[in-house]
Amino acid sequence: MSTVSAPGKLELAELGPVRTQEHEPERATLRRLLRLRWGVGAGVVLLVIVACSALATWIAPHDPLAVDIRHRLSPPAWMDGGTRDHLLGTDPVGRDLLARMIYGGRVSLVVGVVAVLMSATIGVLLGLAAGYFGGNVDWLIMTGINVMLTFPFVLLALAVIAVLGPSLGNMIIVLGVAGWPIYARVVRAETLTIREREFVLAGRALGMSHARLVFRQILPNLVSVIVVIATLQVAQVIILESFLSFLGLGIQPPTPAWGNMLGEGRLYMLNSWWIATFPGLAIFVTTLVINLMGNALRDWLDPHSKL
Amino acid sequence: MRRYIARQLVQLVVVVLGISLLAFAILHVLGDPVLLLLPQNAGKEEFARYHRLLGLDRPLYVQYWKFLSSAVVGDFGKSWYADTPAFKLVLERMPPTIYLTFSGLFVALLIALPLGTLAALRRHSWVDSLCTTVAVAGQAMPLFWLGIMLIIVFAVRLKALPASGYGTWQHFLMPAFCLGAALAPITMRLVRSGVIEVMSMEFIKTARAKGVAEPMVVVKHALRNACIPVITVLGLQFGQLLGGAVITETVFAWPGVATLTVESIRNQDFPVVQCAVILLALIIVSVNLVVDVLVGLIDPRIRAA
Repeated sequence: MSTVSAPGKLELAELGPVRTQEHEPERATLRRLLRLRWGVGAGVVLLVIVACSALATWIAPHDPLAVDIRHRLSPPAWMDGGTRDHLLGTDPVGRDLLARMIYGGRVSLVVGVVAVLMSATIGVLLGLAAGYFGGNVDWLIMTGINVMLTFPFVLLALAVIAVLGPSLGNMIIVLGVAGWPIYARVVRAETLTIREREFVLAGRALGMSHARLVFRQILPNLVSVIVVIATLQVAQVIILESFLSFLGLGIQPPTPAWGNMLGEGRLYMLNSWWIATFPGLAIFVTTLVINLMGNALRDWLDPHSKL
Repeated sequence: MRRYIARQLVQLVVVVLGISLLAFAILHVLGDPVLLLLPQNAGKEEFARYHRLLGLDRPLYVQYWKFLSSAVVGDFGKSWYADTPAFKLVLERMPPTIYLTFSGLFVALLIALPLGTLAALRRHSWVDSLCTTVAVAGQAMPLFWLGIMLIIVFAVRLKALPASGYGTWQHFLMPAFCLGAALAPITMRLVRSGVIEVMSMEFIKTARAKGVAEPMVVVKHALRNACIPVITVLGLQFGQLLGGAVITETVFAWPGVATLTVESIRNQDFPVVQCAVILLALIIVSVNLVVDVLVGLIDPRIRAA
């Protein structure tokens, strides 16, 4: 049977799309470079966003809490009835939207980065333990991962916040503690394969301790994977944070945050579309550039990844 | 096959137990229900009386066992807010959520199947770039913002669709699109990579060699096989889909379980929250199980793995 089909296979393969296969690597390289350029561009935009929120005190055109009752609900400057004084318009009590957006970025970025650092730490440690030790430890951690990944993260975060009470600290803790399974799953899978590699076996034969094997031999090989996931997760955490604030369970007014501004804007969307539109746009652009950067980072660190 | 299903069933029970433990712990370990029930100026005796009344003075594992054993028969206690059983409240709100979820899934497939297939067949063409762009943008889009923008454009400006609520088919359009848009990017990527992989297989060449028309090759031979990873991942993503439904429901005031849960969380009505959480988990896990079994039936290679 196989001797009969072998020549046929060959012929068919020759008939197949040989040309595209030749072009594939070139195109792929081109695409990678293009993606990297996108990544750099995205990085620059992100840097601008970070700089804006860091320097908010100096560059914001107004105090984000200053009430200007004469100009309440005034539309953006380019529309009828808009004033130069408030470029993106004002909210129901006349606070400057642009200033609030610049300040609002602080919350999102801080929550995103701190929560991701927390969940990455927890997730990497658990993933290493599961992958390295195997057995019951692995079973327990994998069950935990399954439970957490099965359940919609949004609902979990909502329930915990409802009990703990809404505040910046609580939100960081919830998002930080609940985000670990993604890291744990990937790190565990990688650890399982690396554990069997020669250099780890050699290390074990030399009598290295578990801690040294895990942290000095295995972990360094996982850094790029972890960095990529963490970058992409920052975007997810920012969206979640905004949603919680949007529901009124996150950052409490009058502190400006993109999420609670959007929530406020929803109440006025019938007449004043700009209050909900601009903060949402800020969230969208921020998460977009972070995602682009993450993708470029993945291409750069691991060109063979098919993700 | 039987052993495969049995193994998956055991996993299901373990995961549901885990989630019930989580739901129980959130209320009983992180907070004190009595603190939420009594007015702030209530005296110490009053607290102690309520603790005894609700059985909160017993050890935690006894409480958990009591909670679990009554939950199994559908008794999650009465809502603290409305004087009805939590189970009944949640069950009543289930159909809208299920309809929304499935229409979202439908929209996602409607977008993802043709676009993903086209992108795979014309790699590196403008269709492919368009798909990548849409996927990247879609993944960064905060769902609740998309929902609000849709409302502003279609309900407030054009007055073409109802802004919120439930009832007619017009009510379905925006929420379903919103939820579908959230799921479409990942589905599209899966379809694309699935079709690319299948198109290079031997049986496609065979089909072409025996003179099957190209559209038939794509639809009957390629797409069918490319569907397996799509179904698997969509099944696994069902929890995320429900998470998206939570967000969509709150934006469009959709009278589903998610809206009920968010309301109950605001009112600190914990029997309802616990009930909703556990029932949703049960649904998610069952869907995962059904998908696992289906995929195992379709493709015997997976069962062995």
